Amino acid sequence: MTPVPEHDSYFIERGPEPGGAGSVGRAFGETLRGLKTTFGRLVEGPTTVQYPEEKIPVYPRFRGRHRLHRFEDTGLEKCVGCSLCAAACPADCIRVVAAENTPDHRVSGGERFAAVYEINMSRCIFCGYCEIACPFDAITMGNDFELADYNRSDLIFTKEMLLAEPLERTPLRAEGE
Amino acid sequence: MTSTFQLTHVLPTGVVFAVEPWWVQIIKGVIIALIGFTLIPAAVTIERKLLGRFQHRYGPNRAGPYGTLQAGADILKLLGKENFRPSTSGGFLFYLAPMLAVIAAVATFAIVPLGDVVTIFGQKVGLYGLDVGIGPLYAFALGSIAFYGLVLGGFASGSKYSYLGAMRAAAQLISYEVAMGLALVGVIMQTGSLSLVDIVHYQQTHLWFCIPQAVGFLIFVIASMAETNRAPFDLVEADSEIVAGYMTEYGGGGFASFYAAEYLNMVVAGAIATTVFLGGWTIPFWDGAPPVLGPFVVLIKTMLFVVFFVWIRATLPRLRYDQLMSFGWKILLPLATLNALVTAIVVVAS
Repeated sequence: MTPVPEHDSYFIERGPEPGGAGSVGRAFGETLRGLKTTFGRLVEGPTTVQYPEEKIPVYPRFRGRHRLHRFEDTGLEKCVGCSLCAAACPADCIRVVAAENTPDHRVSGGERFAAVYEINMSRCIFCGYCEIACPFDAITMGNDFELADYNRSDLIFTKEMLLAEPLERTPLRAEGE
Repeated sequence: MTSTFQLTHVLPTGVVFAVEPWWVQIIKGVIIALIGFTLIPAAVTIERKLLGRFQHRYGPNRAGPYGTLQAGADILKLLGKENFRPSTSGGFLFYLAPMLAVIAAVATFAIVPLGDVVTIFGQKVGLYGLDVGIGPLYAFALGSIAFYGLVLGGFASGSKYSYLGAMRAAAQLISYEVAMGLALVGVIMQTGSLSLVDIVHYQQTHLWFCIPQAVGFLIFVIASMAETNRAPFDLVEADSEIVAGYMTEYGGGGFASFYAAEYLNMVVAGAIATTVFLGGWTIPFWDGAPPVLGPFVVLIKTMLFVVFFVWIRATLPRLRYDQLMSFGWKILLPLATLNALVTAIVVVAS
């Protein structure tokens, strides 16, 4: 687009009329240019990540499958069964049934503990509100995202599953990488 | 140029030159048909792998080393599928169409010269199915029969999409076969023979025809892309507009046949272009090459064409129907005619 000052207008260069001899020459040249472009892609090589063998590391803030935590020194569960996570959950996928700790049966650090703690992973939207709601940092979002299973009932994660270390560790990116 | 072979058969299809007894010809025919069928998965694999690379991906790489068994796995899968036919499909034509396509494709491969006459166990054998005295005409005739397969398949499917595909196939055949034939006329005039073996013999002593007949070469390659329904002329199939054209209603074996015929047609088009324009089994600057190398040289050159076709497919978008028509009739045909005319003048003058 070049300005034409005396007419206060712009001159627009258009391609040759389709179907004419000029368009054939142009099409041929453009075809060669296109061939060069695609050949460049061939030389660059694939950018595919061979997924099951090769995994892209996730960021530390990545919200994957939840983890429940214990106190490192005493081994007691941090969760006291307050159900704040269940209240915060927009997908309503957390079910908590609390029970009293007794002196000879102590599970958690508080007065009560979670007798049942279930997260239905087929409903969870991985928003992380449970993590924010938790007053004791008992539940955090982990890094695992490979949660596929054959049965829906297998996707209801119990307290034992959430407390356990993940079987296969998802590669994690260092901060700032 | 007269043929150097002693024994000739005069068949209704023309004069056939042969040096072998009948039983050698049968063995040879079986081997060449098997080579043809082996080239189909090879071409499919090359296409899928290479197309992947052109698009920054790997292509199939799970079945077998580097995905080489993928084509075989696909064939087995297709053959194991239910042979479904729609209730609107018509008669035995529905089953005849894929057979016609395959038969025509394999039969065209018979005339591709893979090598010169060699002596195997004291028996003279020409490394080609047939040396017909009507070479390119035979190829065009069988190419037209292959289009019958497409048109009948689309017609007999009883589906609108198939019918559209068949109509497009018919129109495309008419537009491009003329230009394709005329592109070869220059070569035939220079050689003075219609036998593909003679054309290769001529190129052994002269420049390859891709140089003196560059225009014809270009037209032939473009027209053969249209002839084999390759991109950018694949609007016969046009998966994004008419699903898959004539193949829409086919599944299992019928689909496999059409698919195989399509790729074999691509290989055959490459092989004929190799024979006519790229000197067939001759190796440049090496006159004393052993004739056993012939088939390998021809296959390598043919596969180069396949690679080129894939490259074009990765590059160009599909032409619109009217663009296809105007390109065929307004550009390719006049250019091919002019090429034939100029060649005729040169041949007569010299």
